[in-house]
Amino acid sequence: MDIVLQQLVNGLTLGSVYGLIAIGYTMVYGIIGMINFAHGDVYMVSAYITAIAIAILTFFGIESFPIIIVGTLFLTVAVTGAYGWVIERIAYRPLRSSSRLAVLISAIGMSLILQNYVQLSQGANQQGVPTLLTGAIRFSVGDGFVQITYMKLFILFVSLLGMGVLTYVIQKTKLGRMCRATQQDRKMASILGIDTDKVISTVFVIGAVMAALAGVLVTLDYGAFDFYVGFIIGIKAFTAAVLGGIGSLPGAMLGGLILGLSEALFAGLISSDYKDVFSFSLLVLILIIRPSGLLGKPEVEKV
Amino acid sequence: MSNAVIRKTLISLAVAGAATLAQADVVIGVAGPHTGAYAAFGEQLWKGAEKAAMDINAAGGINGEMIKLVKADDACEPKQAVSVANRLVDSDEALAVVGHFCSSSSIPASRIYEEAGVLMVTPASTAPLLTDQGFPNVFRVCGRDDQQGDVAASYIVDVLKAKRVAIIHDKDTYGKGLADAMKSTLNAYGEKEVMYEGLTRGEKDFNALITKIRSVDADVVYFGGLHSEAGPLVRQLREQGSKAIFMSGDGIVSDEFVSVAGSPTYVEGVLNTFGADPTSYPAGKKVVGEFRASGYEPEGYTLYSYTAMQVAAAALANNDLDPIKGAEWLKNNATDTVMGKKQFDDKGDLVVSDYVMYEWQNGKSIQLN
Repeated sequence: MDIVLQQLVNGLTLGSVYGLIAIGYTMVYGIIGMINFAHGDVYMVSAYITAIAIAILTFFGIESFPIIIVGTLFLTVAVTGAYGWVIERIAYRPLRSSSRLAVLISAIGMSLILQNYVQLSQGANQQGVPTLLTGAIRFSVGDGFVQITYMKLFILFVSLLGMGVLTYVIQKTKLGRMCRATQQDRKMASILGIDTDKVISTVFVIGAVMAALAGVLVTLDYGAFDFYVGFIIGIKAFTAAVLGGIGSLPGAMLGGLILGLSEALFAGLISSDYKDVFSFSLLVLILIIRPSGLLGKPEVEKV
Repeated sequence: MSNAVIRKTLISLAVAGAATLAQADVVIGVAGPHTGAYAAFGEQLWKGAEKAAMDINAAGGINGEMIKLVKADDACEPKQAVSVANRLVDSDEALAVVGHFCSSSSIPASRIYEEAGVLMVTPASTAPLLTDQGFPNVFRVCGRDDQQGDVAASYIVDVLKAKRVAIIHDKDTYGKGLADAMKSTLNAYGEKEVMYEGLTRGEKDFNALITKIRSVDADVVYFGGLHSEAGPLVRQLREQGSKAIFMSGDGIVSDEFVSVAGSPTYVEGVLNTFGADPTSYPAGKKVVGEFRASGYEPEGYTLYSYTAMQVAAAALANNDLDPIKGAEWLKNNATDTVMGKKQFDDKGDLVVSDYVMYEWQNGKSIQLN
């Protein structure tokens, strides 16, 4: 019993990280119908910025955890958001009227550029950040125990908060209405006076900000990263977005949680060798039953 | 790249080409992960080989001809290893190669060197399959995983007296080979492991696997793999409150292991097998001193790489620069190196392996007696 509970905790934290990154894939797809393959690498960049931010803050003699964490979050989110904006500006906007394929290739190119740029400027070695928040809650269940580090609780709290704020922004604010209008019909939205280019830029920034949240949390928790770290987690998050229904915001969060939980439970209860096989089989199964994902709307051909 | 830089590169390439023709230097490749996640090992390889080549050249080269090193980057990827091996053989016309590092790269590359008749001396690839292929031109100056597995398994049984051993590997040639070798020796002692599973290289979250390790109540966790996965693994093991002894092979021996794990406290008490301290050989005192004087600590595989270069140079020097005859010669004659006399058997393995147990204390791997 304790083991199942512990696996649920493992799965939830992993899943909420997948969910945060999946948001970037799903929102960009929703609004301009492209898959931003550079998104995993934006996450990777944010891991490096996290380490740099921590180094800067400790250099100034700041040692209290709350100040470091808030400062790091702020710096990383700002810089990574800027990356998101610049990437859209130089790699995707010039190709706005080209075929979908051209943008896709541009995205793959952007991904390679980011990886190589980081590798050249930061070195190819494994990087690490020291543990900032130590300690854990432990409670016994039956004969065993469940142990949750404070860091894991923090990950759950921040990612749920981030998702909550984003949902509020999209559903209730003027910016959100503009996003939704652009998603439904870009031409009509621009006729009605919405600056759709600006909305698209904003969506890229939001995606990058969510990836930056994930980057800070994961980097602080696992402590290790390199220039290639965005690849696997990017693929997993993309899978989560498709699983939940690409284009759907709650779908991305749900997909992330399902993927994280299924990986943890399968690896923990059956076999870690085949956990990826299981996750992707689950994806195939869901797509057979619901071709547009769990919460996705079926694509209607616009005439 | 600016025009000036391009011009400079072209000129230096032209000069280098001319020099090759004029003096017919002995070209030796240094193949390994010079970039990528394992670049720290590539640097050790390069530093060792570079120093050895400089020392040999300063002493008059190989039969009067200078060694010219060519850096070949395989990033520890089998496909890239094959393509750089082809490049070394075809366009660089290397006579010998020091490398590769990862067994998964060395094995496919060794076939190319065999076909081309190039001598291959790896400082670090320990997978048994590499020399079990039966190629006459392949040598290693390190031990084999099965020798490493023997040492680890007997330590678990005789010293730790552990009964519940969980075996984890990274599904790669090296990691799984090491884990399998350990497992078969352990089973030969009459002990059955409580768990045997693989993880995915490149991932950082192993919490699910660790909860499972906890659930089987393991005393010892044996990991076949490299430090980039071992770091997060041992950290998450401790974070979930497990006190199991963590044990691994030579793949975790790098200062990066500590930084990747987050802090020295997480790696305190971690055990690993490794060749007896390469800096401890009397024959290597001078070279080690020179390395330290230049501000570089010859850690990990640096001296193995130095040794591999010496072995390759000795084979070429005693056989009129013929790599095939040199390979034959190495099997019948011992070579003096900075790590003592090295004698190879018919497969190209060392006759005497030098594996011993190390323990991590205060962020350093210390040899146990």
